[in-house]
Amino acid sequence: MGFSDGDLAAIWLTLRLASITTLLLLLIGTPIAWWLARTRSFWKGPVGAVVALPLVLPPTVLGFYLLLAMGPHGPVGQFTQWLGIGLLPFTFWGLVVASVFYSLPFVVQPIQNAIEALGPRPMEVAATLRAGPWDCFWSVVVPLTRPGFFTAAILGFAHTVGEFGVVLMIGGNIPGVTSVISVQIYDHVEAMDYAQAHWLAGAMVIFSFLILLVLYSFNRGKPQVSP
Amino acid sequence: MMRYNMKQVVVGVAAFLAAVAAQAGEVQMAVAANFTAPMKQIAAEFEQATGHKALVAYGATGKFYAQIANGAPFEVFLAADNRVPAKLAEEGRALADTRFTYALGTLVLWSAKAGLVDEQASALREGRYNKLAIANPRVAPYGVGAVEVLTALGLLEAATPRFVRGENIAQTYQFVSTGNADLGFVALSQVMEEGRIPKGSAWVVPGEMHQPMRQDAIVLTKGKDNPAAQALMAFLRSDKARAIIRSFGYGLE
Repeated sequence: MGFSDGDLAAIWLTLRLASITTLLLLLIGTPIAWWLARTRSFWKGPVGAVVALPLVLPPTVLGFYLLLAMGPHGPVGQFTQWLGIGLLPFTFWGLVVASVFYSLPFVVQPIQNAIEALGPRPMEVAATLRAGPWDCFWSVVVPLTRPGFFTAAILGFAHTVGEFGVVLMIGGNIPGVTSVISVQIYDHVEAMDYAQAHWLAGAMVIFSFLILLVLYSFNRGKPQVSP
Repeated sequence: MMRYNMKQVVVGVAAFLAAVAAQAGEVQMAVAANFTAPMKQIAAEFEQATGHKALVAYGATGKFYAQIANGAPFEVFLAADNRVPAKLAEEGRALADTRFTYALGTLVLWSAKAGLVDEQASALREGRYNKLAIANPRVAPYGVGAVEVLTALGLLEAATPRFVRGENIAQTYQFVSTGNADLGFVALSQVMEEGRIPKGSAWVVPGEMHQPMRQDAIVLTKGKDNPAAQALMAFLRSDKARAIIRSFGYGLE
């Protein structure tokens, strides 16, 4: 007993999806977190609430509304058709977009907390030493808030690997394109093929444990942020 | 404050529960999701006719199997196929001699777009669609039926690259109703209202193009001595229940 071709395709697909999603989340989430941590604008509350919203809705419900929004009559679907890239549901990039949206709070909040804990002082000091904002960010903020970024990346990756309801809805379970590990396990269980399910679920748990173990061991002993 | 010893409390609670159970006549049911709408009507009629109450959980048949195998308190099971009830009977978790087919599923090729699907299903034959939604044939009987129909039409190979698979027939319906898939094989019961199909366009697949999709009911061992469970099984065969079942687009034996 071992993995079927479908299982292997699902594993590869899941790793690809989680890596790309995490990368995009760090790119998109960092400016949002930065702005949320620093702003005194009236919009801080509303924007923060919108970022946290995916936590509230059950994933299949969220998936259903993403399906409506990305569909031919939805605003996102109209936009992507206008751009000439067609419709997003049932494609790999549709899954990426949905996952970015779904995992956003898990990336924004740790980074936001780290930047808030850092406070404005280090930036001000760096500015008096004539560091530009960009330089400040890379040589002061990022090193000092590294654990925040690190936690954000881990949570974003892990949450995407474990995601089920949204991908099931947006993906349409196409082998090699949108059929990720969690969906594959669910199929095995529904088909009462428990041995296959145990294999895949076991491998997923062990793999995730090892990755987290390595990363957390690596992160230990790094300077922590002291407010 | 008054003090009771443990024994008194247990006896009191047990007596109370027994009294409630005898009075209310309840039956705990697990029902396939595709049968949700007719079951709601049947449960209401059943309660009116017999005074017994049906407590119904709706869900996927494979999931119910896992729950029943692990001690779920269901007494009657209305499955989406005949395979799972047979397996439960074989494993001694259900009473084999109570099994019967309460409904036959009817497949329909459906589109949310008016005019796309005609009586010859030419849109399907000529490939005039972006995606074809089917229920996953590995886990859903309606998916097995859809694959059989495509095979009979000689279109399976051409259609496979454009499949999107729903985990159950409800999700398959959502893919089509939101317009994300132009076509889909769904259950007639999902698109039929009062004997007609009010939305989009459809082709009702002739029954001889696929194996009959039997949906079997069975009494589980937990419901063996419950009169309400037996009453429910009898009610399912009554003319009243059969009329309801037929009105939702299911066939009957």
